[in-house]
Amino acid sequence: MELVKGLFKIPSFLFGLALFLGTLGLAFFGPLLWHIDVVSRVGDPYMAPGAGHWLGTDHLGVDMVSMLITGLRASLYVGFLAGVVATVVGTLIGVYGGYKGGLLDDILTVATNLFLVIPTLIVLILLSSSMEKGRSLTLIALIIGCTTWTWSARAVRAQSASLRARDHVALARINGYSTIEIVLEQILPYLLSYVFMVFILQTATAILTEATISMLGLGPYDSISLGKILNDARTNEALIGGKWWAFIPAMVLVTVIAFSLYVINTAMEGVFNPRLRK
Amino acid sequence: MLRKNPTLRHVLGRAGWYFVTFLVAVAVNFFLPRLGDANPIDAIMARGGAMDSVSAREKEDAYLREFGLAQTDSNGKVVRSADGKPVKTGLASQFVNYVEMSLSGDLGTSILQYPKPVMDIILDAIPWTICLQLPTIILGWLFGNLLGALAAYKRGVFDRVLYPLALLASAIPAFCVGILLVYGLGIKHQWFPAVGGYDPSTTPELSGAFLSSAAYHYVMPFLSIFLIVVGGQSIGMRSMVIYELGTDYVKYAKLLGMKESKILLYTFRNAMLPQLTGLALAIGAMVGGALITEIIFSYPGLGMAILTAIQGNDYPVITGCTLLLSITVLVANFSVDVLLGLLDPRIRAAQAAEAN
Repeated sequence: MELVKGLFKIPSFLFGLALFLGTLGLAFFGPLLWHIDVVSRVGDPYMAPGAGHWLGTDHLGVDMVSMLITGLRASLYVGFLAGVVATVVGTLIGVYGGYKGGLLDDILTVATNLFLVIPTLIVLILLSSSMEKGRSLTLIALIIGCTTWTWSARAVRAQSASLRARDHVALARINGYSTIEIVLEQILPYLLSYVFMVFILQTATAILTEATISMLGLGPYDSISLGKILNDARTNEALIGGKWWAFIPAMVLVTVIAFSLYVINTAMEGVFNPRLRK
Repeated sequence: MLRKNPTLRHVLGRAGWYFVTFLVAVAVNFFLPRLGDANPIDAIMARGGAMDSVSAREKEDAYLREFGLAQTDSNGKVVRSADGKPVKTGLASQFVNYVEMSLSGDLGTSILQYPKPVMDIILDAIPWTICLQLPTIILGWLFGNLLGALAAYKRGVFDRVLYPLALLASAIPAFCVGILLVYGLGIKHQWFPAVGGYDPSTTPELSGAFLSSAAYHYVMPFLSIFLIVVGGQSIGMRSMVIYELGTDYVKYAKLLGMKESKILLYTFRNAMLPQLTGLALAIGAMVGGALITEIIFSYPGLGMAILTAIQGNDYPVITGCTLLLSITVLVANFSVDVLLGLLDPRIRAAQAAEAN
């Protein structure tokens, strides 16, 4: 608790948190404040920003503010879902493997080492290009989560292995606690701040990854995401035509989300990792 | 001989491990595309027009044979059942066929640019990608490490300005830096050409006109990748050097009255090793970011080849490119691993201890 209180005194943490809550607020309350319509053509294609449409229109003449809020919601959804999958699966396997060792731990080590060398993006390209019809936003999030969990498992495993030799863990073992009980009650609580940091990073990475594969033309078929807005802008020559409102706002949103999450993570690392404290 | 040569032992051990990883990468490239619902042969035939024409049947036969999808008789002709449908082969024999073809350097035939071999498409694209990525990543890595070490050592104003900038540079997605450069320097100010790898009025050859236009087109994609690499690497190096500066050996050296520049050299050397591992890991991550950078600049490398293939459902080209990228990342990692074994005495010692 002391540490958490200390966290709220760090300017960079507060700055990152404010930025992130800002984007979250835009995603939740945007639809209440702004009339969202991503279907009708309300003006000419690539209409410049003006009084009625603050950020102009896209290549079809759809209101850009509506597109951005919808895209932001989709990107945050992908980030959280993929982040939760990658963190939960990775943490459970990592904590267990680090404490127990044995076959599961060996398999985990081999799998994580494999996926550190075979780029995640390649797996994503191959999987998404083979699933043309069912490539929904949820499926993309799940694919991202399932290809990045090895990274969290590896990070958590190292921490869990270092806790194995602690006295309270040995005491629990002598008292006949089962492995599951020890892992969940004696080890996991000590790693919570760490797991939370892993979750933050995984969320940021997932949002960037979604944007990247959407830019490759492998975006979701059932939804607008920030990456898809950028891809539409590129394929419809907004970039060459200098229609900045079609891509700069979407780009700023992606960057703000990722940047705020990185800042929060760095600030937390400074507090929870005593080695980095000055 | 291995007993006496821990370095060779290390190299051979790593080579064995990377070979296993290579096999997994080949398997991933084979099985993942077959998990989905899209059927490449149907996609080809849909493009080919009427099914019952003789040439369409011949083309289908060619693809069925190439992918090893149908059984063939002793004359190499595709076996068909009574209703004209080809008799399918099992997944296992398809896989054997795929591995044999890949090992002999045959990656199949492009669907979009039939009958151009996938290998030719890749060979056209790869010099561009290598010339853009390799020098950029290495230069960015060196410069980023120098900057990070300086920031850690000097602290003060230099650090306070540099650190947030580097953090921002590493958090901005690769494609955003590219888009900003294209829009700012390419479209608005027109300082540099916004798209392409060379002036379309020249042709790729060893002429002054072509080389100077290629160099002119090189500036912006270079900057875009360079900035991101410098940002990411300098952050890592900064925290490594801060950590090293607090260690006992540095304190001891200071008490001995050693020259500052000499202490800095020692800390720099020790902090470099983890950064080298970071380089290997970063190469894997960069593959993705760099592909997008090529796409944004319409640079004629592998990124564009993959994009065109994805848009046209050109499956042989997609899997050919991904296989090649996996191999590239494997080779890069292997080289860094071997280099680490040569540089880091602890790794040699561990290998020597294992041998005894």
